[in-house]
Amino acid sequence: MTVVDSESRFHVLAVDDSLIDRKLIEMLLKNSSYQVTTVDSGSKALEVLGLTDESDDSSSPSSSCPDHQEIDVNLIITDYCMPGMTGYDLLKRVKGSSSLKDIPVVIMSSENVPSRINRCLEDGAEEFFLKPVKLADMKKLKSHLLKSKQQHVAPQPQPQPDQQPEKPPRNPEDEEAAAEAIPDGIVSDCSCCSTSCSNKRKAATMEEQEGLSSPERTKPRLSSTTSSSLAVET
Amino acid sequence: MAAAPLREQLSALLSSMFSQGLVDEQFEQLQMLQDEGGTPGFVAEVVTLFCDDAERIIAEIATLLEQPIVSFDKVDAFVHQLKGSSASVGAQKVKFTCMQFRQFCQEKSRDGCLMALAVVRNEFYDLRNKFQTMLQLEQQIQAYDPKQQ
Repeated sequence: MTVVDSESRFHVLAVDDSLIDRKLIEMLLKNSSYQVTTVDSGSKALEVLGLTDESDDSSSPSSSCPDHQEIDVNLIITDYCMPGMTGYDLLKRVKGSSSLKDIPVVIMSSENVPSRINRCLEDGAEEFFLKPVKLADMKKLKSHLLKSKQQHVAPQPQPQPDQQPEKPPRNPEDEEAAAEAIPDGIVSDCSCCSTSCSNKRKAATMEEQEGLSSPERTKPRLSSTTSSSLAVET
Repeated sequence: MAAAPLREQLSALLSSMFSQGLVDEQFEQLQMLQDEGGTPGFVAEVVTLFCDDAERIIAEIATLLEQPIVSFDKVDAFVHQLKGSSASVGAQKVKFTCMQFRQFCQEKSRDGCLMALAVVRNEFYDLRNKFQTMLQLEQQIQAYDPKQQ
């Protein structure tokens, strides 16, 4: 168990089913002086966080320990595309848990799909990193970590980062990724887990075809804004 | 120092790998992470993991393409995986060949996929050879001067 200590290192939980990516993110985080725990699935992540993989629990975790968390985690960084529980599923579980919802969650993905990115941000993710994640991305974590520490110390109204209109993925040179986000209207939202999250794919497809579902978004689709170079174009 | 010609060889090898587009700036990131973190075995570890992983995936894809009925979704999932890990280590050419491969998966073309697989395999073997040479040179250099790379 790590001791909660505002001067000591932040503890980041990294979730990715790819071993290589786990090694990479672990190195990136350690290089930035964070303490790191890596797991290879969303359900393992929930175990570490003290939740069991059942329907949402709004009170204490059912079978593990009476405290809110098994291990104190200051930030969760997760791959989007994982078999079984996707990063998005994990995000929803964390944000739906009263004990965990204040933990900042960052999503990583190798695919540049604007609707996916927006959905994650709107549903509570602090940040979305395009893979491969770089050292420079680690600097963005600091502000989210400090913010969440402040909340523990002196409750303030949250700056509501998810009200920002958009957070364009940080790689303007990733046109290859944009071209690769299959523009034929059929979302292989997660080809790596296509067999296990086909329902989500259909939902995502419907969402894409109807336009983004959030009523607060008065901005037009991303394709007409600054991240147009990244948007899915034919 | 006997290590000097080895260092030159290594430097020339890395230069040519970059200039030929075999590796990109993500590979540089790995090198930086290793240097800044003071963890000398990091690049070797990641590169080795990548090579093992790629070999396994290529074999899986080959098996899938031999089936009387090809499951293109499964092939695509493997290609996606390989693309991801090649991007993560900076294996640029392999990554690009994977992107092309996915097109053939979308088209559900067995012949296209077989051709793409051959291209991926060739690029991967080429890269693997160079990685192996790189690691050997590094080991030899370290034997002369253990505290440096």
